[in-house]
Amino acid sequence: MTITTTPATAPSSAPPAISPPRRRRRTALGSRAAYAYIAPFFVLFAAFSLYPFIYTAWVSMHEVDLSTPNKMTWVGWSNYTKLLHNEFFWNALKNTFTIGIISTVPQLCLALGLAHLLNYKLRGKTFYRVAMLMPYATSIAASTLIFAQLFGRDYGLINWVLSELGFHRVDWVNGHWPSQIAISLIVTWRWTGYNALIYLAGMQAISTDLYEAAVIDGASRWQQFRYVTIPGLRPTILFTIVVSTIGATQLFGEPLLFAGDGTTSGGASHQFQTLGLLMYQQGWTNFHLGQAAATAWTMFLIIVVLVLINTALARGRRSS
Amino acid sequence: MSARRILRAGPVSYTILVVTALISVFPLYWTAVIASHTNNEMARTPPPFWPTGNIFHNLRLAMDQAPLTKALVNSLIVAGCIALGTTLFCTLSGFAFAKLSFRGRRGLLAFTIATMMVPTQLGIIPLFMLVAKLHWVNHLQAVILPTVVSAFGVFFMRQFLSQAVPTELLEAGWVDGASTFRIFRSIVLPIARPAMAVLGMLTFLMAWNDFFWPIVALTTQNPTVQVALAGLGTGYVPQQAVIMAGTLIGTVPVLIVFALLGRHIVGGIMQGAIKG
Repeated sequence: MTITTTPATAPSSAPPAISPPRRRRRTALGSRAAYAYIAPFFVLFAAFSLYPFIYTAWVSMHEVDLSTPNKMTWVGWSNYTKLLHNEFFWNALKNTFTIGIISTVPQLCLALGLAHLLNYKLRGKTFYRVAMLMPYATSIAASTLIFAQLFGRDYGLINWVLSELGFHRVDWVNGHWPSQIAISLIVTWRWTGYNALIYLAGMQAISTDLYEAAVIDGASRWQQFRYVTIPGLRPTILFTIVVSTIGATQLFGEPLLFAGDGTTSGGASHQFQTLGLLMYQQGWTNFHLGQAAATAWTMFLIIVVLVLINTALARGRRSS
Repeated sequence: MSARRILRAGPVSYTILVVTALISVFPLYWTAVIASHTNNEMARTPPPFWPTGNIFHNLRLAMDQAPLTKALVNSLIVAGCIALGTTLFCTLSGFAFAKLSFRGRRGLLAFTIATMMVPTQLGIIPLFMLVAKLHWVNHLQAVILPTVVSAFGVFFMRQFLSQAVPTELLEAGWVDGASTFRIFRSIVLPIARPAMAVLGMLTFLMAWNDFFWPIVALTTQNPTVQVALAGLGTGYVPQQAVIMAGTLIGTVPVLIVFALLGRHIVGGIMQGAIKG
């Protein structure tokens, strides 16, 4: 919002009353020099992002030891067959899925509701926006360490409140569901405000004419939200779902630090080991970089499938 | 704009927003509370609810037990270099994509946007092998170079520049015989400055908070703040207060910047969202 203050060129939908005959004269600025402007980005991006990403597939066909990372032995598909026969892979897949659902779904619903409130005429709106974005500015490491304290079994504030309210204290680290809920809450805390702002931006881009028409037709507030806001936000919602899905599939820092002892198994009985953490364990605890690469590439395929499903669902709903 | 459209928030809305703001900020406040008290004091019922002067003692202990001074300096260097590099390189590419015509422009732009969806974090294994081959493990360039450009940045600058820079102005410069670089420097850069500032802040924040790759590429011998915090949280530190004091040291610098400039960061995130 703050950066559109510079005079923008007139949008094509609103031509000035007297417009001189104007062709697109972009060619005047066409130049070979353009490649020099985009080169730094593409060279660095290719070397440090694209090449490693693609090369992961090749590494996953090899045995590579962390202590001798430049010695690769071809093993074909065996890293993948090992992975599919590894019970911890299936466990991590299941955990990633459940933590992903219980962190993403409530988070996006909350964000949508908050965005709706932020879209009202408010006193001190900047205060609420900045406050809600504070968790996003807090790093994964810091927020996980803080929440590990809040979720402490014996002296954590959350258990103190629970016991004051007459509930039992919960073992947030060692319980299966408690640990997954706790980790999901950290993710939710960090990202809800951010997503609320994304939704708010989308809401502000919806034409007010639509709301006026709805009001004339006698639509209630809820009907306006349901039949104007939600359809108008559909692309934004899809965008946040895709981004959250990609993030949830790679969840790593929270489960690593939530354990509190530096182990990479995701709790004593692997109850919160995610795919990201499994990959790290294979590579940097067990020294098998090839296996870690197979896990990484499998995660990528999972992301592709999930994104395709999301997009297809969004398309299907629009056409119905 | 109709008055009916802009609904005023009622007391319920305000209550929900205030509670949300409190929940957003409370864990950070609680960090200061824990950092001021011993384990025994925190175990009392009810627990103490206010920070005390002891916090300074524990901040000093945390500085002694974890290499936090070095970590702060390293993070400043890393996040600073990444923010500067991203802002510069992405403004250059954004300008080319917005205002120059060249072969493959559409295709390359579509490619750049598509890569925003690719989880490049999954490439850390070959990246680690590359960095090991270059003997960069535990050196700061290992965490700077891989993140010094971002597809989001290119997209962000392109969207801004294609709207904010009038093509006529560039053409005028072109007709006067100015070189493309001259045009970039004296026409585009001044106009781009506010967007560059927002992109720089967002990038700095993300680089300061980056976790996965730094923890792979660096050790606690030469850490960034996040690596040092991970070391503090997973090592043997008997007093929780010290861990929380360390967390404060690593977090407060960004939060201060955020409190001062948060308005612009909020604007930047929303600006990026509309186009995205």
